[in-house]
Amino acid sequence: MSISKEEVKHIAKLSKLNLTEQELDKYTNDLSDIVNFANELSNIDVDGIKPTAHILDIKNVFRKDEVQPSYDREQILKNAPSKDAGCISVPKVVE
Amino acid sequence: MKDYEVIIGLEVHAELSTKTKIYCNCSTSFGADPNTHCCPICTGMPGTLPVLNEKVVEYAIKAGLATNCEISRFSKQDRKNYFYPDLPKAYQISQYDLPLCIGGHVDINVDGNKKTIGITRIHIEEDAGKLIHDAYTGDTLVDMNRCAVPLIEIVSEPDIRNADEAVAYMQTLKSILEYLEVCDCKMQEGSLRCDVNLSVRPVGQKEFGTRTETKNLNSFRAIHNLIEFETKRQIEVLENGGVIHQETIRWDDAKGVGYAMRSKEDAQDYRYFPEPDLAPIVLSDEYINDIKNSLPEMPHIKKERYVSEFNLPEYDAEILTASKHTADYFEKATAACNNPKAVANWIMGDFTKMLNEKEIEINESKVTEENLASLICLIDKGTISSKIAKQIFEEMFETGEKAEDIVNKKGLVQISDEGAIKEIVKKVVEANPQSVADYKAGKDRAIGFLVGQIMKETKGKANPQIVNKLLLEIINN
Repeated sequence: MSISKEEVKHIAKLSKLNLTEQELDKYTNDLSDIVNFANELSNIDVDGIKPTAHILDIKNVFRKDEVQPSYDREQILKNAPSKDAGCISVPKVVE
Repeated sequence: MKDYEVIIGLEVHAELSTKTKIYCNCSTSFGADPNTHCCPICTGMPGTLPVLNEKVVEYAIKAGLATNCEISRFSKQDRKNYFYPDLPKAYQISQYDLPLCIGGHVDINVDGNKKTIGITRIHIEEDAGKLIHDAYTGDTLVDMNRCAVPLIEIVSEPDIRNADEAVAYMQTLKSILEYLEVCDCKMQEGSLRCDVNLSVRPVGQKEFGTRTETKNLNSFRAIHNLIEFETKRQIEVLENGGVIHQETIRWDDAKGVGYAMRSKEDAQDYRYFPEPDLAPIVLSDEYINDIKNSLPEMPHIKKERYVSEFNLPEYDAEILTASKHTADYFEKATAACNNPKAVANWIMGDFTKMLNEKEIEINESKVTEENLASLICLIDKGTISSKIAKQIFEEMFETGEKAEDIVNKKGLVQISDEGAIKEIVKKVVEANPQSVADYKAGKDRAIGFLVGQIMKETKGKANPQIVNKLLLEIINN
């Protein structure tokens, strides 16, 4: 296994996912396969090749600092499951 | 108890004063109704494409040049992943291994001692939204207006050793950013804030101790108090045989107490990776030089000019140039009355005290530069006494009225007419024979009483030099 069960637990926690023991085993296998597959790339000799910062050969894509109208608040909040006082309402996080 | 050394590094976040957000054309202005400066890009809707605001790059480079950084010719942006309701995309676009500016320094001044604080890097990133606690429902409300407002993060080397140095460093950065006009530096609005990394170690120990991080301090006072608190706390833990845990502290400034928020077991793992939606930033020498040539006169240069051009003491020059608003005010008022020392004295004296009491900046005051200048002219011409001027200034400060108008309205013109003053002096001398006798017996303090009586008679309007001259003439005759 190129990825341990503990690592999968850690990633699940960071992703706010609750996994059952069964799922943990399954994802440990699946993710190991994915990592192994990606690790094939490590076998390629990259001596003298510049690290890739972007897959396209582009640079300096900028826009001017000019204000344009924002969206109506109704539009912005349309998909929120819960809203209040013009805001999205979520379970308490502020201490 | 052992002697301990405190090691402090600051991460300063400054919101850039661009008109629009970092990746979309929504406005950045403060104080709008919640969620009215939002669009699909800054609220992290799927399928949207961020495009970098060119001013963000320019402003960050200005900050880098003004703090003696190397500007990267090649730089990129990265995703920093974490879940929190103030971050709709569940990642913050920031810069990881190739920031825009690297390796600078600023000089600070603590009680006359100069010290250099190293700057590790300056990178660009986006701010998060604002969370508001709803006391009624117990829920948290999310306002996304601040999402993707551009920030620079200025990371210092661990060169700071105590609270005073930290505050001086923060003041120096604030002053630089104000001069550059890249950040409005309103700390109470959160547009300039910092995280404090702090550890202690016994003097002589080479390795750093374990550090804690306190986030989002938004006043000089909070920075100072947190550092004093956390230094004491860490030393106490070590002295009692305990260990310091690497953790995040939340500082409650009202109570003067810090609380541990996250412990190491939960240590954040941000899984940075290159932002595929944004192109690398590649800068030419020409572009960087153009910005370098456009930089305004910085505070330390201005200070030297004030000493040479206006003959001001170094101390005055230092205070006047610490804030750009103050320096601008000083120069405008001086141009209007041609008395730099008087302008400096007013600004550094009662005026500053009154501004501090009201917690406003000089540029927010009702007293315009021209009005202060004309008040000074009235004193210089002998129209009013400097004592009366103080009263007039208080009224100008409250109402914004012109000095001349207050003088005319209240009849405060100084009495310099010797004949008129002589009458009053005679009257007071006759009414107070005991004081005159005391003075003649060598009690110099009696003269002060007599002058006071004369000033009282004239409601403070008599020219004090003339009063003194005439009083001595009359008594000694």
